[in-house]
Amino acid sequence: MTTPLVEITDLTKVFHQRKTGDVAILRGIDLTIEAGETVCVVGESGCGKTTFGKILAGLHDYSGGSFKYGGKEVATLSKTDWKPFRRSVQMIHQNPYESLNPTKMVFDMLAAPLRHHKKIKDFTTLYHETVKLLEMVGLTPVEDFIDKYPGNLSGGQRQRVSIARVLAMDPQFIVVDEATSMIDTSMRISLLTTLKRIQQELHVAYLYITHDLALGRYFAWGHRIAVMYLGKIIELGPTSDLIGDPCHPYTKAILSAARLETDSPYELNNIDIPSFTNICTGCSLSPRCPQVMPGICDVTEPQLRDIGNNRKVACHLYAQDDHNGEASYGK
Amino acid sequence: MTKNTRTGTDSSQKNRLLDIQDLSIEYRTKRGRLQAVHKASLRVDAGESVAIIGESGCGKTTLATSIVRMLPLNARISHGRILYRRSDDEQTRLDTASERELRTIRWSDIVMMFQTSQSSFNPVARIRTQFLDTAQAHEPNSDPQEILQRSKKLLELVYLDGEAILQAYPHELSGGMKQRTMIALALLLQPKLVILDEPTTALDLITQKKILELLNSLRETLGFSMIFITHDLGIVTQLADRVVTMYAGSVVEDAPSRSFFTSPRHPYSKGLLHAIPKLDAEFEELYSIPGNTPDLVEKIEGCLFAPRCEFALGMCRTTIPSLDEVEQGRKVACHVFGINGKSDKTSSSGGNA
Amino acid sequence: MHDAQMQLTKKSRFSRNLRKLGRALSQDPVGTIGLLILLAIIAMSTLGPLWFPLDEISNPDLILSAPSAEHFLGTDHLGRDIWAQVVSGGRELLVLAFLTASIAVVLGIFLGSFSALIGGKFDEALLFLADVWLTIPRFPLLVVLSGFFRLSSVTLAIVLAILSWAGLYRTIRAEVLSLKTRDFVEVSFMLDMSMLHIIFKEIMPNMMGFIAANFTLLMRAAIYSQVGLVFLGLLPLDQNWGVMINVAWNQGVIYNPSSIWFLLAPTIVICLLILSLVWISRSLEEIFNPGLQK
Repeated sequence: MTTPLVEITDLTKVFHQRKTGDVAILRGIDLTIEAGETVCVVGESGCGKTTFGKILAGLHDYSGGSFKYGGKEVATLSKTDWKPFRRSVQMIHQNPYESLNPTKMVFDMLAAPLRHHKKIKDFTTLYHETVKLLEMVGLTPVEDFIDKYPGNLSGGQRQRVSIARVLAMDPQFIVVDEATSMIDTSMRISLLTTLKRIQQELHVAYLYITHDLALGRYFAWGHRIAVMYLGKIIELGPTSDLIGDPCHPYTKAILSAARLETDSPYELNNIDIPSFTNICTGCSLSPRCPQVMPGICDVTEPQLRDIGNNRKVACHLYAQDDHNGEASYGK
Repeated sequence: MTKNTRTGTDSSQKNRLLDIQDLSIEYRTKRGRLQAVHKASLRVDAGESVAIIGESGCGKTTLATSIVRMLPLNARISHGRILYRRSDDEQTRLDTASERELRTIRWSDIVMMFQTSQSSFNPVARIRTQFLDTAQAHEPNSDPQEILQRSKKLLELVYLDGEAILQAYPHELSGGMKQRTMIALALLLQPKLVILDEPTTALDLITQKKILELLNSLRETLGFSMIFITHDLGIVTQLADRVVTMYAGSVVEDAPSRSFFTSPRHPYSKGLLHAIPKLDAEFEELYSIPGNTPDLVEKIEGCLFAPRCEFALGMCRTTIPSLDEVEQGRKVACHVFGINGKSDKTSSSGGNA
Repeated sequence: MHDAQMQLTKKSRFSRNLRKLGRALSQDPVGTIGLLILLAIIAMSTLGPLWFPLDEISNPDLILSAPSAEHFLGTDHLGRDIWAQVVSGGRELLVLAFLTASIAVVLGIFLGSFSALIGGKFDEALLFLADVWLTIPRFPLLVVLSGFFRLSSVTLAIVLAILSWAGLYRTIRAEVLSLKTRDFVEVSFMLDMSMLHIIFKEIMPNMMGFIAANFTLLMRAAIYSQVGLVFLGLLPLDQNWGVMINVAWNQGVIYNPSSIWFLLAPTIVICLLILSLVWISRSLEEIFNPGLQK
C-alpha cells in the first residue's frame, strides 16, 4: 500500500472569537486522498468547507487531529520540509476578480514564480515557459493574453491565469475552491474540462469544493464525493453511487432539493441551519432529521464508518453488525 | 403632469400588465457609449411568471431595473417605451413618467427585489419599523395596528413566526429568514408585479427549494405577476411560465417554459442548455459555447451571436435578425431558426444565404 | 511570436508605461496644469540663475525701487534685483522638499510594510513607538534643534524625514494590512514568494496612488517647515524664498507700495509650488485608482 498523498484524521479547527468564545468550525474530519485522485466536497455555504480547503492548502493551521502530506505531519514540518510542501500544494480561489493583482500583466504573474523557483534568469526561456503554461490552460492564441492586465480579461480567463500560475510550481495537489461559481454558466464546463485534462496529463490530485451538486458530479465523475455538514464529513463514496443511491438523510435531502422534487420529496423538518455556536449533543442533524431515532441520535455522535462498497456514512441508521462487517441499511 | 395614454379596452390587451416595446438603453462610459439593451420587447400578462435568462452583460438586470426606473445615473433610455397597465382603462408610460408618479407606483404596484436583498434592511431598526415605514410611505393614513396585522399574516404565509420576526433586528435572522422576510415586505402593499433579481443565489439548496415553492403558492393566492432574473436554469423550470433569453443586450428567444426546454430554437439557447450539467442525466461530455461575449461598446454589424454560432450564415453577419413569432406564443430572433429559416432540425450550412 | 516577446522586455515596457502615464496625466486638465507649473518652477530654478545672476553688490541708488524694464520686480532694500532672487531662491527648497519626501517615504514603506506583514511583537513595539513619537510637537522641536545644530539643507531634510516617519508609518501600515487580506496577496504567500517580492511587486504597485499623495503631502510639509524656520531666522541659508520673506518683512516692505514685490513674489511662487503639488497628487490618485481597483 502506497502512502496516500493526503491523510487527514480527526482534523479539528477552532476559531477564537472575543464575544462568543471558541467556535469549532471543523469537528473531526477523516479523509484520505490518493495521488491523481479527485475528491469533491459538497456542502452548504458556511458548513466549513472553505476553511477545510484553506487548511489543506496550508494557509490556515489546524487546532487538532492529524494532517499528513506525503506521510509527514504538516503542523510539525521542519524548515527544509516546508518548502517542498508549500510548492506541491496549491489553491485556486473562488473570486477571479480578487485573485489576480490588478497592476500586473499576465506575463509577469506567470514569470514571477518561474523566476523565483525554477531560477530561470534568461528572458527567452522565461518567455517560452510562460507560453507553455498559457497553452496548458487553453489561453490561446497566446499573444492575445500574454500582455494583458486582469482588467481586460473575463472571469473565465482570469481563472485560467490563476490555474496557469499555480501550475508553474509543478503542484501535486490543488485545492479548487468553488472556482466556477463566479463565472458565466456556459463557461463553467469549459474550465472544468481544462482542469480534468490537466489532471490526466500531470497526474495532480484535486480537492474540489462546491455547493453545486450537478457540477460536483460532473467534475468528480469516476472519483469520490464527500458531503459536509456543520464541520463534519457525514458521507463519502464514489460519485455515481453516492448521487444515485444516497445513504445519509442529509445527502438525501439536498439531492431531493437539488432535483426540485415535487412528488414525495425527501425533506428535513426545519429549513434553518443551526449555527456553529449551539450544536446539539449527539448527531448534529438530529433536530432536523426526518428519520431521527430518539435516545440514540440525540445522545451519541455517529462516526464516519465503512459500510462496504467503498462507502462511508456517519449515521446511526447504518449501525454495523460487527461480526460480519456488513451494513444493515436502515432505510 | 402624468402621461396617460388611454387605450381602448381591447380584450387581449386587458390582460397585458406590462408591455416593453423596442426598448434600448445605453450607458455613458469613459470608453464610449455602451449599448446595454438593444430594441428589447417583453410582455407580461396578469398572473404570469416570466424568467429572463442570460449571462453576465446580457442586459437582463438593466432591462428589469429600467421598469422601475432605478438605473444608474449614466444610463439612458434611448429608444422605445414601457407601458404599464395601472387599471382596466389606464395605461402609464413608465419610461417617461415623473418621479412623483413613479413613487406611487413603486412598491404599491411594482416591486423589485434586488440581488442584495439581504442587506436591504436597516441594521439598526427592528423589522416592524421597516414594515411600518414602507406601508406608511404609501398609505400615510393607515392604522399602524392594521399594518402590523397584515405584516404578521404575510410573514406567516412565508413560514415565519410573525410576532418574533417583527420584534427582531436584521442581524438576528439567518440568510434564508431575511430573504423570506423581504418577500413578505415586498408583498405588503399587494403589488401587481414583482421583479426578482437572482432570488435564490445566496441561499443553500434546501432553503432555495422552499422559497421557490413559496413563491409559487403566493402567486396562486395573491395573484401577482412575476419577472425573475436568473442564470440558474433549474429554478426556471419550477417558477416560470415563459422564458425570455437575452444575449448581449437583445432578446433572442421568448418561449413557453416547456417548449423552451424540450426544443430550444435559438443557437444560444441550445448552447446554454448543453453547457449545464444535470444531476441525473446520462453522463455525457458537455461543451461550452466557444468564444466570449462581445464588447458592447464597439458597434458590431449583424447578429451579435454570429461570431460564436456554428450555424451562422453570411447574412447573419450583416443584418440583425428581428424577434418574430415562429409559432403561437413563441418568438425567436434568428435568420436560421427564426420565422424565415429552416425548422429546428440542426444541419449547419456555413455558406452564403 | 518574437514581436510579443520583444514587447515584454523590461526596457520597452518601462517606456510604454511612462508614455501611458504621460497620456493619462495630460487628459486630466488639473493635473496637466499642475505638472506644467511644477516643471516651470523647476526650470526657472535650475536654468534661471544662469540668465539672471544675482546682484552681488548693493546699489544704494535703487533701494526699494518699483518694477522697471531692467528690474522686472523692482529691487530690495539693498538695491538688488528681486527677480534674480526669486529665480535662484527655489533650488534649495525644491531639493530639500524632494529629499525629505523621498527619505520619509522609503522609511515609511519599509517600516510600515514589514510591520504589517510580520506582525507580532515587532509590529506591536513599532506601533507603540510611533504613537509616542506622534505626540512630539514637530515644529517646536525643529526650532529647538536648530538652536543646537547648524542645519544645512541636507541635514534638515534628514531630520524632517525622521521626524515625520511616525505618521507615514501608520498610514502605510494600515494600507498594507488591508491589502494583505486580499486574495492575490494570499496567493503570493502560497507561491512561496519572498517577502521583498510581496512588498515591492505585489503590494506597493497597488499603493501607488496612496504613496504619490503622501509624497506630495510630505513635500508640502517640508517646504512649510523650511520656510517657517527661515522666516524665524533660525536657518542660516543664503538665498531662499523664505529668507526673502523674512528680510522683506523685517524691512517693513509692506508699507512701501513700490517694492511690495519683495514680499509678494516669493510668497506667490511658494503658493504656486504647493498648488502644483496638490493638483498633481490629486491627478495621480485618480489615475492610479480606477486602473488598479476593479
